[in-house]
Amino acid sequence: MGSVTCNPLAPPSTHLLLNPSKIPKFCHSRRQLHGSQRASKIIAYYGLKTPPYKLDALEPYMSKRTLEVHWGELHRGYVEGLNKHLAKDDVLYGYTLDELVKVSYNSGNPLPVFNNAVQVWNHDFFWESMQPGGGDIPKYGVLEQIEKDFGSFTNFKEKFIGAALTLFGSGYVWLVLKREERRLAVVKTSNAINPLVWNDIPIISLDMWEHAYYLDYKNDKGTYANVFMNHLVSWNAAMSRMARAEAFVNLGEPKIPIA
Amino acid sequence: MSKDTLEYHWGKHHRAYVENLNKQIVGTELDGMSLEDVIIVSYNKGNMLPPFNNAAQAWNHEFFWESMKPGGGGKPSGELLELIERDFGSFDRFLEEFKSAAATQFGSGWAWLAYKANRLNVDNAVNPFPSEKDKKLVVVKSPNAVNPLVWDYSPLLTIDVWEHAYFLDFENRRPNYISVFMDKLVSWEVVSKRLEIAKARATKREMEEERRKKEEEEENSEDEAVEVYVDGDESESE
Repeated sequence: MGSVTCNPLAPPSTHLLLNPSKIPKFCHSRRQLHGSQRASKIIAYYGLKTPPYKLDALEPYMSKRTLEVHWGELHRGYVEGLNKHLAKDDVLYGYTLDELVKVSYNSGNPLPVFNNAVQVWNHDFFWESMQPGGGDIPKYGVLEQIEKDFGSFTNFKEKFIGAALTLFGSGYVWLVLKREERRLAVVKTSNAINPLVWNDIPIISLDMWEHAYYLDYKNDKGTYANVFMNHLVSWNAAMSRMARAEAFVNLGEPKIPIA
Repeated sequence: MSKDTLEYHWGKHHRAYVENLNKQIVGTELDGMSLEDVIIVSYNKGNMLPPFNNAAQAWNHEFFWESMKPGGGGKPSGELLELIERDFGSFDRFLEEFKSAAATQFGSGWAWLAYKANRLNVDNAVNPFPSEKDKKLVVVKSPNAVNPLVWDYSPLLTIDVWEHAYFLDFENRRPNYISVFMDKLVSWEVVSKRLEIAKARATKREMEEERRKKEEEEENSEDEAVEVYVDGDESESE
């Protein structure tokens, strides 16, 4: 998701102080020089990651105005909220965003930072789950796995859109790789919950909070979900995520040696 | 609140809840019950049955439209204002608390001003304000379709903070929407009227409780002669 661990135990790095432009965009260490006796305070901050396309690139399926509000104001708001929490609480230092999400979920009793952290993660993931000229169908490994786990791509698409239509309130619909069961599944979650907290691996997500579609589709969730599937979803992103997931989940047949 | 918003919010969202609810309950035991009863029964102690969402949302939206009026806003008066000042310190403090509840409801939901009467065990659900604050006004917020009826509170005022309620007019600026609602739309007359009804209901309940208690006591005193004490003198009985 493009976040870099800021290790608070890293030795002082003078090049960071002399060359502020070299600081990675999404992780920025700031040290307060209070003299050698005092322990220096290192604070990790997150930056607002831009989507991998211009804000009007998804027209006419998702308007520039929606991106301006959804990314420019809501997503930005979550990042700022997250940074405010991090500035207050040194227990949270040093986590990657993935880890922060899992830790702050706290097995269902979320810490205050959870909502902001997970919404930053969710939105980074959502923008990258789409691309201009998206849609169509996946290829190679992803298609094979979908056909294996859902019977057919059409069946998967129906399930996905069905989940979007039956989700009540705010939430997300996910194509997720389940670690234990070693198969793909469609999952819908409420509010900001994310399959990472169950240790599963998200492959694609669709934001079903009303702010994601209301300006373009008003209450017509069906059209929005269909347009997402037909014109926006990035199977390229799904492919790279699957490839990475296969490093953690063995999807192949077990290799039984021939005696 | 623009005409566009009302056309969608009432004409599509609210209408859909009503139509879907009717489809869901036709021919079942819920058919023919009052809407409030459908809500309480289908809440099912938090394990919601399918009609709950539609029923509660139908009720919530009706309540919401009636909580507003053109040229609304301003301050309440009379008994409502007195109670607000008693239970929140001042009208401004109440306003702060209400606005904050509405702004911090994460995801979809509602913020409420409700009248809470004497009940700790609300049977159906977990009471968010047990004991202390009895027969008082409270500000509560609820997620998705939940409303204070399930905690046996009497709702007096609500604001819809589902995004569909404000996105066309305010985009993501929920706090602005809340301020405008309180300054220009709230109908304090309706809220006062609801307070009257809520208090009457609470009083009636109290009287029934007392009557029931008296009946129980009378039954007990009849039974005394029959009770057997394991030890101690019979003359030491209550």
